Amino acid sequence: MLDRQFRTMTGSLPLIMPSLMTMQGDEKGYSAAPHHDSAPAKSKLLVQSFSFFYGPTQALFKIDVDIPEHQVTAFIGPSGCGKSTLLRCMNRLNDLIEGARHEGDILLDNQDIFSPAIDITHLRKRVGMVFQKSNPFPKSIYENVAYGPRLQGIKQRTVLDGIVEHSLQGAGLWEEVKDRLHKSALGLSGGQQQRLCIARALAVKPDVLLMDEPCSALDPIATGRIEELLFTLKKELTIVIVTHNMQQAARVSDWTAFMYMGQLVEFGLTKQLFTAPTQKQTEDYITGRFG
Amino acid sequence: MKRWMKYFFGSGELFIWSCGAGLSLSLLMIGGLLVLILLNGFGYFWPADLVELTLKDGKHVIGQLAGEEVGPKGIPRIRMKIGNRDLYGLDYRWINTDQIIEQARPSDLVLVERREWGNFYGRLQTLVKEDQVVAEGPDAVWQALPVLLRDARSSEGESPYRVLAVDANGKEKSISFGQIMRVFRPNGLSVLEKTWVYVGNVWTVLTTEPREANTEGGIFPAIFGTVMMVIIMSVVVTPFGVIGALYLREYARQGIIVRMVRIAVNNLAGVPSIVFGVFGLGFFVYGLGGSIDALWFSDRLPTPTFGTGGILWASLTLALLTVPVVIVATEEGLAAVPREYREGSIGLGATKWETIWQVVLPAALPGILTGLILAMARAAGEVAPLMLTGVVKLAPAMPIDGTWPFLHLDRKFMHLGFHIYDVGFQSPNVEAAKPMVYVTTLVLILVVVALNLTGILLRNRMRKKYAGSAV
Repeated sequence: MLDRQFRTMTGSLPLIMPSLMTMQGDEKGYSAAPHHDSAPAKSKLLVQSFSFFYGPTQALFKIDVDIPEHQVTAFIGPSGCGKSTLLRCMNRLNDLIEGARHEGDILLDNQDIFSPAIDITHLRKRVGMVFQKSNPFPKSIYENVAYGPRLQGIKQRTVLDGIVEHSLQGAGLWEEVKDRLHKSALGLSGGQQQRLCIARALAVKPDVLLMDEPCSALDPIATGRIEELLFTLKKELTIVIVTHNMQQAARVSDWTAFMYMGQLVEFGLTKQLFTAPTQKQTEDYITGRFG
Repeated sequence: MKRWMKYFFGSGELFIWSCGAGLSLSLLMIGGLLVLILLNGFGYFWPADLVELTLKDGKHVIGQLAGEEVGPKGIPRIRMKIGNRDLYGLDYRWINTDQIIEQARPSDLVLVERREWGNFYGRLQTLVKEDQVVAEGPDAVWQALPVLLRDARSSEGESPYRVLAVDANGKEKSISFGQIMRVFRPNGLSVLEKTWVYVGNVWTVLTTEPREANTEGGIFPAIFGTVMMVIIMSVVVTPFGVIGALYLREYARQGIIVRMVRIAVNNLAGVPSIVFGVFGLGFFVYGLGGSIDALWFSDRLPTPTFGTGGILWASLTLALLTVPVVIVATEEGLAAVPREYREGSIGLGATKWETIWQVVLPAALPGILTGLILAMARAAGEVAPLMLTGVVKLAPAMPIDGTWPFLHLDRKFMHLGFHIYDVGFQSPNVEAAKPMVYVTTLVLILVVVALNLTGILLRNRMRKKYAGSAV
């Protein structure tokens, strides 16, 4: 039984190895990702010995991560390792879960997001979120994007029009939907829906965009478009992305954190983590030996 | 044989067959019911031929055939509607077929619809204006009648004209113009003309007020009352049901108390409706209505204004009766709204209320409408609670009219369901009222279907608008 499992794992190794090979061997091919050899950028989100509990179950164990500004940070790890939980803590979406509690701090621009002084709706405006399953509201495309600004009390049509256009352009969707803004958003394809969700998040002008496996339900072409989008978006925002897909993490992120069983195993520059991991567990995972 | 049996019972074949049989039986029963009501209801409007029978004893009978059967001694007999209630006291009569010598359909037979005493069947004889004979003989009178009748109707005051007519056996009857609703010769009508009469009859029933202790005339006030009551009920029950369901599903802490409340709500739907009627009488009519009278209408006491049954109290009672249905359906609708919608909204900085109001409720709207449709279907058919809270057999005035304040929620009203009961069982002339029972039943079914269809169309539009959402 064990033997068989091992074989299936090693069997999947060649699938991943080639991409890693090219990364190692061909520096030019990897240069699509920006260089960050210079000093680490300013810290945007600082997670300090953060633990999280779902009732009696502990999901996160004293996590310490420093997420730099204007960069893409990827969280990888096997299912159930706590990466989504950590992401959802960053805009306090886990507050909705009954019986959840945390220890430690998460600082956004050196401000504790759990402090009572923080206005939670304001926090969520600053820290936008894109979900695994695209979830446009059953409204028109326009109304979906205008939803956030409307909540902030923006009523002027011209202002809203501008925000909608700008956000849709930011999400690379404007050209495709500009003629059908007032049609239902549910008529869009999966990839378009996900980009609409990104546009919707952009419309409230966040500092940070959290993405929870945004491409897991999309085909390779739609995935490619969203990945391209990340390169342009990070000029404006800080992006945190959770992904199952290690190639994706390698392609899009500047920094990568590997999590396992609620622990942060390794955090570092993507280039380093994928080519020369310091931890044995990380190496096993990225080479496909487990997970 | 044994293997066959084993297969039949073991494979579940037996259950498939019994399920199929059960379904067919139910469909048959429903179909039979509908066919019976449709045939009798729609048949009522058809102007049947007048038949003149000559009997062995030399007497004549004029009437419309209304069925036949084998009598007590094995002799076949036919049932005739003989009308002329003022002359014979009966509307229907059985005649053994062995008594009949001749059966004919002379074209000069007339049917006179009168304001009182039901139809007159016979022959026209003389047209008289203040004791002066204007026309004589069936055909002459028939030719002169239409124009004179039209003039009499358009002119003010009592018409000086009257018609002398004879029944099958030559008994004379004087009918003044004021009494006549309509005169026609069914035997002389072509199918097209009969269809025209048919349409006219349907129109009359749908748009006029009842006459003759509800056994004749139309049922418009009852239709109006039913629809209006259902609408008022819907307007009241929807916000209450939705708010209740929202609290139970979104805000209340899920625990033993909420579970018990939910069970109680579900059980409320099973309480016999007459119990709600008693509650409505005690709480709404005497309690609320009595207090309103004491506070604002004390000058009219002891005549009650709101302290007696009325359309408002009846609607509120029915709203109470149907609120569980709306709560249950709304809760299911809310539960079916995907979690992603809520998270998406909250992730954009919306508060819980904003999320519910802007995203969850619109997505749950089809579910809410389903509940409302069920509630309307139930409310339109309820009779028992209404009898205690405001329905009457004959309402003197409609709940909406031209006098201030136009909407009179304190007024008593008529209702199709109660109309059926009243006409069928409380009428002095049950036999004559029987067709009316079928007609009213048919209209009630059609009203319920129409109300439901409206709801379903509305829901489908919502579903299209929010395509992709569940329920």
